[in-house]
Amino acid sequence: MKLLRMKPGHGEIVLAEGDIEVPEQERALIEAFRRELDEGMWAAVPTETQTGRREAELVKSFAEVPRDAERVIFFPRAAGGCGAEPA
Amino acid sequence: MALALGTGAVVLVVLVWELVRPTLRRTLIGLQLRWHARRTAAAASGYDPGRERRAEQRARALLRSCVAEHDWAMYTDLGFLRVRGRLGEETGGAVEGSEYAYLIYPHKPIVAYVPETGELLNEYCVAFPDLSRPYGSARLPHSDDVLAKWMALTADERRLIGEANMHLPGRQIDPERVRRDIARLARWEAQRGVRAAELRPPGNVRAA
Repeated sequence: MKLLRMKPGHGEIVLAEGDIEVPEQERALIEAFRRELDEGMWAAVPTETQTGRREAELVKSFAEVPRDAERVIFFPRAAGGCGAEPA
Repeated sequence: MALALGTGAVVLVVLVWELVRPTLRRTLIGLQLRWHARRTAAAASGYDPGRERRAEQRARALLRSCVAEHDWAMYTDLGFLRVRGRLGEETGGAVEGSEYAYLIYPHKPIVAYVPETGELLNEYCVAFPDLSRPYGSARLPHSDDVLAKWMALTADERRLIGEANMHLPGRQIDPERVRRDIARLARWEAQRGVRAAELRPPGNVRAA
């Protein structure tokens, strides 16, 4: 499993990578996961439904991450935006 | 005669030059100052066009790996993504005439509309500012912004809409532009042979 984070000026960076079946690596993943949530990030797991539709799932704890997920993507939490600049 | 005309021309050129010179000088100095200020500002903010381009390339690759092939083609061809709204499904399924969708633009509001009629419903202004500003800016690359909106919408539409500032259509994006984009999308899908029924969710009464 890979934990990725979107970053301005860079694109995504790999925060942690490991096999969740290996306790040490799972612990490292959990620590990195919590750190990002503590920083106010949202965590999403890209998924595919049985009908083939792509979507995402927001997770609030590592326990909610599907065990077979390949990656979790962290991104800054949403905030009401848009300045005064018209498009 | 020729000598007089020549002398007159030279005198005229010199006079015009003397008149224009101060203005020209001021303009050149102004341009030089503006150019210098722009360079200084860029250096101070750490803006690097090459780095931003590489960031956008990474963001596009990530977006491509997350969305369906059809959606990726839509984004590369048209510059936006469409996501079907699903709040109606939570309360007992979509009802005839209530289906709606969103258009996701990079760093612009999400626009809700009715695909059946093209009616624009609302603009949802939402951003994903990274307050750590790693390279002086809080803005994600364009495709990361689109992916963040897509993930948040498909995962928890109600939450994202709740966080956004809602406005009537036209606040930030020209409604004519959106209507043109909706028409472009319809043509694009027609060319790709996508039937409207395929876009509707299973169990939707309108798809029957």
